[in-house]
Amino acid sequence: MTNLIKKIYFDNAATSWPKPDCVVQAVTDFTQNIGSNPGRSGHSASVKSGRIVYAARESIARLFNFADPLRVIFTSNITEALNLALKGLLKSGDHVITSSMEHNSMMRPMRQLEKHGIEMTVVNCEQNGCLDPADLSRSVKSTTKMIALNHASNVTGTLLPIHEVGKICTDYGLLFLVDTAQTAGAFPIDMEEDHIDLLAFTGHKSLYGLSGTGGLIIGDRVDVENFLPLKEGGTGSRSEEEFQPIFLPDKFESGTLNFTGLAALNASVNWVRDTGIENIRRHETELTKHLLSGLKSIPKIKLYGPINENFQTATVSFNLNNLLPSETGLILDEKFNILCRIGLHCAPAAHKTVGTFPTGTVRFGLGYFNSKAEINQAIKALEAIS
Amino acid sequence: MNAKRSYAILLFLSANHALRAEKVLLDSGIACKLIPVPKDISSECGICVRILKTETQKSVAELTNHKLLVTKCINI
Ligand SMILES: Cc1ncc(COP(=O)(O)O)c(C=O)c1O
Repeated sequence: MTNLIKKIYFDNAATSWPKPDCVVQAVTDFTQNIGSNPGRSGHSASVKSGRIVYAARESIARLFNFADPLRVIFTSNITEALNLALKGLLKSGDHVITSSMEHNSMMRPMRQLEKHGIEMTVVNCEQNGCLDPADLSRSVKSTTKMIALNHASNVTGTLLPIHEVGKICTDYGLLFLVDTAQTAGAFPIDMEEDHIDLLAFTGHKSLYGLSGTGGLIIGDRVDVENFLPLKEGGTGSRSEEEFQPIFLPDKFESGTLNFTGLAALNASVNWVRDTGIENIRRHETELTKHLLSGLKSIPKIKLYGPINENFQTATVSFNLNNLLPSETGLILDEKFNILCRIGLHCAPAAHKTVGTFPTGTVRFGLGYFNSKAEINQAIKALEAIS
Repeated sequence: MNAKRSYAILLFLSANHALRAEKVLLDSGIACKLIPVPKDISSECGICVRILKTETQKSVAELTNHKLLVTKCINI
């Protein structure tokens, strides 16, 4: 039955789908025609592969207005990138500040570090997820080394004021780590203007690449010498030595990279640039506005977050008064072929802030490939359920 | 003008650096080619950048400008 209804994919906040054709093409081309390990051999296919990985470094650096592609460190996802930044830089006695809207990929490594003498302050956000930068300033003390924040919540889509926080970090001489999982590719992010020292990204969400790609851009103010890698191993460079190289990106990139994924990431980031971040954002803002107004028209729906398309991403959390999120999600899937994500979204602190812990919410994560027609269908479905 | 061209090769810390060097040189209009590091120079199976010997100074200056370290420069 459900197969007759076209699938509506509203789970872009978890991973984007579909991918642009050029991304699929890049994977096919690379796999069929190149397929070599970059930087490990001197033969022509290895060089071609290396050029593509380097091009991905350049595309990423350019997207975030950063000059040196060799300070783009590729990881398997943003979780690894955040672990690298936090565990590689924070030492016993250091203090780090974060927000109450973070994903567990930020919270859990920090909680782990707490056991090793790193002090952490979680600054409370308002119930709609908004953060007052002054609350951060008040938490700064002499041992504070870093402020680490997501750019937008994956639960409510709430945008955090990274530009203002970046200024605070500059004023106090703190490192600024930003989790751009929910915004890279959908919002302009400028490492220089936003004073970001460590920018973590994931390839498979709003950058429209594949899973298994992500990374950390290490800004010029970061002391690379005292920055520990998460892992050591083969880099294809300095093979005569048993010690890890100290130069970038090799210091932080041991083991064979996901080069097929990086070929896809290069294509996807170029697609984002050619499509235009402003155009992507404009389309997503319109969709979000349309969705919010549709949801507001259903009396039994409770909305969370800013409920304003200008202060959030294209992610919207809600609950139907009479149903558990899991029940709503199941009906949407089975009866209407609408795919979304329910529950706590790996972000218990955010749900506590919003007041939806432990049941969670239903989350619609819209993306560039969604349409108003799909939103209309979803609103009709929710009206029917409610 | 038609005399046999003589070349130099530039070696870097890693293949990542050689790949960036190629891009930097090409972007600034300096002809170059990525080639495997000759066996008699290094046991590494890595890559290096071959340029015209006459462009060595200009190349090294351009690369230094881009914070790229040339670890060795050898005339071949
Ligand atoms: C804000 C935020 N940070 C981190 C992550 C983790 O992303 P990944 O699973 O790609 O490491 C996600 C996505 O789940 C996220 O939304």
